[in-house]
Amino acid sequence: MEEQMVQVVSMPRLGEKAPDFEAPTTHGVLKLSDFKGSWVIMFSHPADFTPVCTTEFMAFAQIQPELKKRGAELLGLSVDSVTSHIAWVRNIEEKTGVKITFPVIADLNKEVSTKFGMVHPGQSKTETVRCVFVIDPNQVIRLILYYPLTTGRNMDEILRVVDALQTSDANKVATPANWRPGDMVIVPPPQTQETAEERLKQGYECVDWYFCKRKL
Amino acid sequence: MPCVSPDGTPTGSGMRVLAALKGGKVSPEGVAATSGLALYRVRSGIRDLVAAGYAAEQGGQYELTQKGISVL
Repeated sequence: MEEQMVQVVSMPRLGEKAPDFEAPTTHGVLKLSDFKGSWVIMFSHPADFTPVCTTEFMAFAQIQPELKKRGAELLGLSVDSVTSHIAWVRNIEEKTGVKITFPVIADLNKEVSTKFGMVHPGQSKTETVRCVFVIDPNQVIRLILYYPLTTGRNMDEILRVVDALQTSDANKVATPANWRPGDMVIVPPPQTQETAEERLKQGYECVDWYFCKRKL
Repeated sequence: MPCVSPDGTPTGSGMRVLAALKGGKVSPEGVAATSGLALYRVRSGIRDLVAAGYAAEQGGQYELTQKGISVL
């Protein structure tokens, strides 16, 4: 009987502490724990000097001021060397005028990308796919996005989810589909029969007892 | 290293961190506020400066060493 080797790759899940690491970056050696107290948008890209990734780096750089307003730092990663990253970000600035000021991890030994489940062999055995990990100030993973190699990410969505997470945390509410700052938010459903009966008298905009919205 | 050059001298960022330590014992948050550097950069840079002997840590606070004072 033929034995088959199956490699099990660990992938962090929502609500779990992000695994700490120490890695070389374009800003020197950084630990994830250096970012404690800030939100972190940690993202991977397949490779330096590739067109979709270049558009994404420019787009990440463009939303960086908005992320800073939200207390969030960017941290890029790919399986390339620091020298390659430096050459690429210099090339982006030279050719497009966009300066990349966030650090980029050089994960040549795939230590970090393995910890975060960023290499999907069905897509590529050597490159990371387009992952986004939104990590909160307590270093808990709050949101994960995966995009395939062919599809560049949507920066509006990244800003939107940071706004949604921060709004939920600050107000103990949830956000509906396609929510944007300023839209009504969802009041958590009642957990007892008594609060369900009270809910409809609380002045919220309700479709039914379990589905109420309010303004912030 | 972001705060120490390969030749062992502090970089521009390193000098900003060291300047922020002039007033005595300072937390990384205090250094970030004074230097204008992001907190993650202060935390990583200060590790380098301690390793290179320019600063010393005690109870989560940092201060200049004689070597640190000598380059300011």
